[in-house]
Parts: sequence; structure tokens; C-alpha cells
Amino acid sequence: MNYLWQWLWPPGLWANSDVRTAFFIGTSVAIAGAVVGVFVIIRGQAFSGHALGDVGATGAAGAYLIGISALWGFLAAGFSSGIAMESLGDRVRERDIATGVVLAFMLGLSALLLYFISTSTGTAGAPIAILFGSLFTVNPAITPEVFALTALSILIIALIYRPLLFSSVTAEVARVRGVSARLLGLMFMVALVIAVEESALVVGALLSTALLIGPAASAVQVTRKPTSAIFLAVLIALGQIWLGIILAYDSFFWPPVDRGWPVSFFITSLALLTYLTMRLGTSIWRHRRSRRPRTTSTSSLVASDAQGGTLT
Amino acid sequence: MSSGSVLGFLFPPGIFTLAFMQNAWVAGTAVAVISGIVGFFVVLRGSSFVAHAVPRGSFAGAAGAVLIGQSTLLGLAVFALMSSLGIAVMRRGRENTVATALVLVAALGLGDFFLSIGNVYAPEVFSLLFGQIVGISRQQVFWVLVISLTIVAVVAFAYRPLLAQSVTPETAQVRGLRPRLIDAIFLVLVSAAATATVPVAGALLSFSLMVGPAAAASLLGRRPATAMALGVGMAALSLWIALWLSYVTSWPIGFFVSSLCLLAYVVARLFITRRQGHGKVLGSLEGAPL
Repeated sequence: MNYLWQWLWPPGLWANSDVRTAFFIGTSVAIAGAVVGVFVIIRGQAFSGHALGDVGATGAAGAYLIGISALWGFLAAGFSSGIAMESLGDRVRERDIATGVVLAFMLGLSALLLYFISTSTGTAGAPIAILFGSLFTVNPAITPEVFALTALSILIIALIYRPLLFSSVTAEVARVRGVSARLLGLMFMVALVIAVEESALVVGALLSTALLIGPAASAVQVTRKPTSAIFLAVLIALGQIWLGIILAYDSFFWPPVDRGWPVSFFITSLALLTYLTMRLGTSIWRHRRSRRPRTTSTSSLVASDAQGGTLT
Repeated sequence: MSSGSVLGFLFPPGIFTLAFMQNAWVAGTAVAVISGIVGFFVVLRGSSFVAHAVPRGSFAGAAGAVLIGQSTLLGLAVFALMSSLGIAVMRRGRENTVATALVLVAALGLGDFFLSIGNVYAPEVFSLLFGQIVGISRQQVFWVLVISLTIVAVVAFAYRPLLAQSVTPETAQVRGLRPRLIDAIFLVLVSAAATATVPVAGALLSFSLMVGPAAAASLLGRRPATAMALGVGMAALSLWIALWLSYVTSWPIGFFVSSLCLLAYVVARLFITRRQGHGKVLGSLEGAPL
């Protein structure tokens, strides 16, 4: 028991200021990612969510070159790419290709910008840091901005919650009831860009996808109700990021080298593990509980909930 | 400008004679051809995310291979196949992209782990991510050619079922084609293309080569075979121009490849919009239910 406690709460954990910053910023980023992520899953926009994280790196490299704060670079690249993706692809299949083409171009641009950075500074380490990021090297000075961005993205979601759910699930019904799917799609894109870019800024493009998709996808396996899915996703996200930070802190004493394993490795592994466990668990549970035909489609069940909620 | 200086500008000294440039031309052309072929199916199936995730996930394999002192190509192949396999096992109807995203982040997390415990030299990582076309060895050219020929042979053999299942999955199933098997063939093709392309164009940009030209060609070509041929032609052309520009400017080739691919796609979109404006009906590919 004592051992377990030592492992979960290693001595000196909270005294370390890097760890404290990682906890605060990680918590904020995880909440935004989980809330927006549930809608990303319902709307089937995982690719856009991932692509926005990747293009952020291009913006960061550009911001570094012209000497402005990386945050503005991330947001500028995110918004311009998000708008380009939305306007190039209105239908589902076009959206996949439009996202791909925009992402491909932004990656090419980042190759050029990172080449300029490495030739002007003589280090190739900077590009790698931009691409992967690390929660432990976050500058604590940006904490207020990160908190504000989380609040902003959640506020947008709260404002458009009902109509967004409606248009995500049944576009036709929504149109009949006078909801502009186009406008909602754009507003959701704003919330998505904010949530993805803030997390790409602090934890790297890789982890931002893990935090956006992992908890929400796991939560949607268990509950089909949007509100409970959001709460569950937030809980899972917090569990993953806290456990990830603690494991990364523990790993400073693990082989093969005494400088710790990357926190992103723990969080991505936890994300995959949680998803698989939840999926397997619910399918076994459902199989045992009833013999009626399984409904696996996320949308149909969320749809019934959304209609039940709004039409009364 | 005299004709001599024009020729000197078009063919700067060494562009065809230097050994590494010869390797680059051969490997680059092979990679462009297979990207065009596999990209045709990627666009048809709306699987851009898979085409992004598999090469990117295979990057982790390269990092791991460097760590244990194995050949990068082997590491790329193993991880590309593992990523495809993971996606194939986990995918489920609409949750397609979720499976892809989770497999991708898990592979990248592993890659980050390999990098951080392995002291991998940063420029090496950079070239794996963004491509190092002028650093290809004769042996790599050999393997790229072997993989490319295999891909061409598999596509030639399975062309009809692949096409049928990609365009109309429901009818294909009725006609007795096994959708899971064809899905698996498609994913293996993407993995093989990724293995050959990543050392040449980089994990991030092999994706541009696969999606850009094929997307543009799918807008222009009316028949599947035409669209595929157009895609291959555009991929090869953009790679050749990019290689030339990269030789002249010494900027990374990936930037030129992806810019040319975007240009091709935007021009094709504009062209299509104009043609639609003149009241013509679009080709069969455009309306295909995917």
C-alpha cells in the first residue's frame, strides 16, 4: 500500500515547479480538448482535428522567424487552414480531400520554414521541439492565455450547444427547423481551432490529437447521451493527463537512461488503452445483457437523445 | 539571353551526372508513379487520413530501427504494416477516422519515446520527416524499385475488384467480393507505398504526393483509368519540377512538391467550376457515392 502511494505520489512531485505548471496547463488543455472532442467524434471530424494540430507547427515556425509570440502563429495558421478546409469542402467526401490538400501544403510550407530556421540558427533541434513539444518545458507565463482560450472555446460550445448537436446529427431536420448548418459548422470550427491550437502550443501537435480524440472516443463508447459523454470525456482526459504526468515524473528513475520517458508516450498509450478497454468492455456487456440486434452507430442514438431533448 | 545560357539554366551542371542526383531521379520517379497509383484509390475511397497516418506512423519505426541499429527501411515497413493492421482491426463504419487517429497518436508516442531514449541525431530525424532526396543510396534505389514493381503488379492483378469495392461498396458485396479482404489489400498497398516513399520524400510529405495529384486528377479524369494515368503523370511532373527547383535553390524538396500539388488541385477545381458553369455534366468519378 505504502509502495503504491509512493508510486502515485512520489516525493517532491508537488515541490517541482515544472510539474505544477504541467498540471495546471495540462488540466486546462485536457478540459477544452475533451469538450470539443465529443462533437468532433459525433461530426466525424477527427481528420480535421488532427490536421489543425499539425498546421499549428507551421504557424509556430513562421512566428519564430518573424519574431512574434508562437501563440499568434498557432492561431493564425489554425484559422486560415480551418477556413480553407471549410470553404474547399462542403460535402463529406470533399471535406476529406480538402483537409488533405490543405494539410499537405501546410506541411510543405513548414518544411521550408523549418529549413530557414535551421540554416539561420544552425540547430535542427528547434523544429523537433516544435513538432513534438513537451509538457514539462512549458513557459509558465502563458498560463493565463491558456486558461482564457479554454474558457473561450467552452463558451462557444455552450452558446451553440443545442443547434450544433442538432445539425451534427441530422442535417436535414436541422435545416427544416431553420438552423444554418454552414454557420454552425463555421462557429464550431472556431471552437475547434482554439482548442486544438492551444493544446498544440503547449503539448505539441502529437498530444493535441491524443487529447482531442482519445477521451471523447472512449466516452462515446460508454454513453450515448451527449451531456454525459462530455462529462465522462472530461473525467477520462483529466485522469489520463494526471496519470501521464505522474508516470513521466516516476520514469526519471527508470532504465535505460536517467532522464525520463516522454510524457506524450504515456498519454498516447493511455489514450489507446482506455479506448480499447472501453470498447471491448461495452461490447461484452451489451452482448451479455440482451440478445436484440446491436446498434453500434453513434449517430442514431445521439440523434434520438437530441430530438427527445429539443422537440418536447 | 543566348540559347547556351538558357540551356545552362535549365540543366545546371551535375543535375544528371552526379551519382546522388541519378539516384534521386530514379527513386523519385518510381515513388511518384506509385504515389499516383495508390493515391487514386486513396482519393476514390476518401481515405486521405489513412494516407497521412500510415507514413507518419511508420516514422516511429524508422526511429526505432535507428535505436536498435537495424535498417530504417525495415523499421518503416514493420511500422507501416502494423499501423495499417491496427486501423483495419479497429475501424468500424463511421468510426473509421477515430481508429486512424488513435493508431496514429499511439505510433507517434512510441516514436517520441524512441527518439528521447535513443539520442537520435536531430538532422537525421528532420530528414526522415521532411525527406532527403539527395541522400539516397544505390541500395535504397534498388529497394524502392522492388517495392514499386510489387505495387504495380498487385494493382494490375486486383484492379477490377479494388475499383468496384471503392466506388460502390454495396454492389461489390452483392457481387461476391469480400470487402474486408479488399480493404486489407488497399491498406497493404498504402503501407508499401509509404515504406518506399518515406526515405525519399519524408514521413510528412509522402502524403502530399499521394493525395494532391490524385485529387486534382479525380476532378479532371472522366474514366477511372484516365484519372489514374493523369494522377501518375501529374505526380511525376511535380516531382521532376520540384527536384529541379530543389537542386537550383537547395531548399527542401517537400516544399516544392506540396506547393505544386496544391497548385494542381486548385487549378483543377477552378477548371471544373468553369466547365460546370458552361452547363456540362461532370464525369462518372465526380458523382460516385463514396
